[in-house]
Amino acid sequence: MPLDAPLVCAGTEGSRRIVTAADHAAQALGIHPGLPLAQAQARVPGLVIAPADPAADAAALDRLAIWVLRRYSPLVGNDPPDGLLIDITGAAHRLGGEDGLCADLQIRLRQAGITGRTAIADTIGAAHARARFTARTIPDLPITALRLGADLVIPLRRLGFMRIAELEAAPRAPLARRFGAHLGRRLDQLFGRLPEPLQPITPADIIRVRHDFAEPIGTADALAHATHALTAAICAALEPAGLGARRLDLVFHRVDASLAAIRIGTARPLRDAGRLAKLLLDRLDQVDPGFGVEAMTLAAPLAEPLAYRQASSLQPDRAGDVSALIDTLTNRLGAARLYRAAPVESDIPERSVRRIPALAPPTGATWPSYPRPSRLLPHPEPVDTIALLPDQPPVQFTWRGKPRRIKRADGPERVFGEWWRDAAETFAVRDYFVVEDGGGARFWLFRCGDGEDAGTGSQRWYLHGFFG
Amino acid sequence: MILPPASQIRPHQRILHDLRAQIARIGHAGRPAHPMLPFGVPAIDRHLPQGGLALGAVHQITDATHAAATPLFIAGVLARLDGMVLWCLRTQDLFAPSLASVGLHPDRVIYAEPEDDAGVLLCLEEGLRQPGLAAVVGEVARLPMTASRRLQLAAEASGVTAFIIRRWRRAAEAIEFAQPSAAVTSWRIAAAPSAPLPVPGVGRARWRVELVRSRGGAAGAWDMEACDAEGCLALSADLADRSVAASPERAA
Repeated sequence: MPLDAPLVCAGTEGSRRIVTAADHAAQALGIHPGLPLAQAQARVPGLVIAPADPAADAAALDRLAIWVLRRYSPLVGNDPPDGLLIDITGAAHRLGGEDGLCADLQIRLRQAGITGRTAIADTIGAAHARARFTARTIPDLPITALRLGADLVIPLRRLGFMRIAELEAAPRAPLARRFGAHLGRRLDQLFGRLPEPLQPITPADIIRVRHDFAEPIGTADALAHATHALTAAICAALEPAGLGARRLDLVFHRVDASLAAIRIGTARPLRDAGRLAKLLLDRLDQVDPGFGVEAMTLAAPLAEPLAYRQASSLQPDRAGDVSALIDTLTNRLGAARLYRAAPVESDIPERSVRRIPALAPPTGATWPSYPRPSRLLPHPEPVDTIALLPDQPPVQFTWRGKPRRIKRADGPERVFGEWWRDAAETFAVRDYFVVEDGGGARFWLFRCGDGEDAGTGSQRWYLHGFFG
Repeated sequence: MILPPASQIRPHQRILHDLRAQIARIGHAGRPAHPMLPFGVPAIDRHLPQGGLALGAVHQITDATHAAATPLFIAGVLARLDGMVLWCLRTQDLFAPSLASVGLHPDRVIYAEPEDDAGVLLCLEEGLRQPGLAAVVGEVARLPMTASRRLQLAAEASGVTAFIIRRWRRAAEAIEFAQPSAAVTSWRIAAAPSAPLPVPGVGRARWRVELVRSRGGAAGAWDMEACDAEGCLALSADLADRSVAASPERAA
């Protein structure tokens, strides 16, 4: 089969064969889902047709949902046939906010060969619509964005309703008499006037414990007590499987059928009920119990083998202590804000440091012992200097309006551009000088260029850091 | 608190010594006494009541310009301790290779980037409650009395040492440093002209190290040579044989 040939999936609807899905090439040729197959074949000769397999599609969607559950949020629901609903309340900060989460999801879907569209909204209805239709505002969206069946959309269109705004403006009672309550409910759910609880998936292979309460609870003490009981229970459930939790989801089932969840992660598999409970309790203040919580579930969506280890009373486990701290701080700040610095073999100062995970194995590597400032400006700041070309240090420089006379100077330390990264750097040169003013303050200045050849840089001076 | 044995003290100092021991007992009731780390510079070590920098305590340090000397001063101390260090940053300008140059290996430092001062203080306190760490370091502008007291109690309980870099966006805010705090010592470090070399160039950096406040001890100031590759300070060579206060250029 040629790779770039237009491809459609064909299924049956009633007695006719129709297109159920079309790829980009086919859509560019005007073929859209719902078109009778014969018509599509007539329009595009050489159309590649694959039989539709709704059961396999649903199974693939389930697999994707489980992956999203493991990676992004404790609350993930299916929106068949082609959507996933992710409750990202309190889950986005670990991935750099809502935009960061969306970007991360897009990149990973693309890497997996899946064309995906994401949208973030306050209600399930709005998110569903924004992910599928583009419009400036919600009322501008077509009525098909309302999650209505074809049995409602076609007669509505016949009556002249094209946009959601028109449905909103029409009197509700005659519409309800003609089309039933479903239409009004969808409209209200879209605008958040009616609650629409997410039905989260609960895969069978994830270890999960549940606690139902006789009476709804809501006080911090009661929630903490239940959390302790649940962590003890899940540790007991993890033990026979020889697993330790890497991620735990604590889901609160409120009396109004809505859900809230907190998720914690650990750097290493963990089955210590006390430590897991401490991590969960640290985030408990982010949960609004609403009118009360009638049940709580604790699940371990990510669990890894955890072997028994010989404990030694002679050598206290110091590394283990640090991993507990790392877990607490990671759950509070997000993994990106907790790191170690490791050397990179680059002479360009701002490229000589990379971040590695806080609990990565020791690299043992360090930087060569050239003089390096203790404070490095994020962006070199231009300064006005009086300096002799080509290779004398400046006699005076002015930074942020304050002139400084230089008493002592060392240099130049010449740094060459990295041509293997960027062709523009092939001839680039920076000449670094350590300079000291009369008061003893030491600065790191560089000249962009070698002082002679204009091809090596602008010959302007910059301040790059401060020595201690 | 570590005090010299009573037999080495002259009789008229006996009463003072007994009183100090009594205060130490009251102040640290039920808590283990933590060791101290000498600077290796007798002039400073003699000056500090414990004979060195108290471990399991809070120390605050500020810098006259650009906050460039404080990280090195602290890293020099940390280089001579064992264990991991939690370093809480609020700005992104700390350049890790310089810490390695005074002997603090990058594998030993975990950086955290909380969003604000309150986040830094929370992270510090969390770190102080973990006996596995050698020390925690944090950069904050404001250090309220309550916060420093909490940190000091946590440090005493776990034996982890806290270093707080006080750093302000505007120079006028530096008056905050005079506010009372529960820190055991307060230091101010200023750059001083480096040692003259016989050839053109910049010599080993020198600092004017001021002990602004020290619990149970007196303030003091020294002209020092900055940390070497092992994190050790040294008295400036031309001052090593006399006290700073007596030197004519300081008296003037």
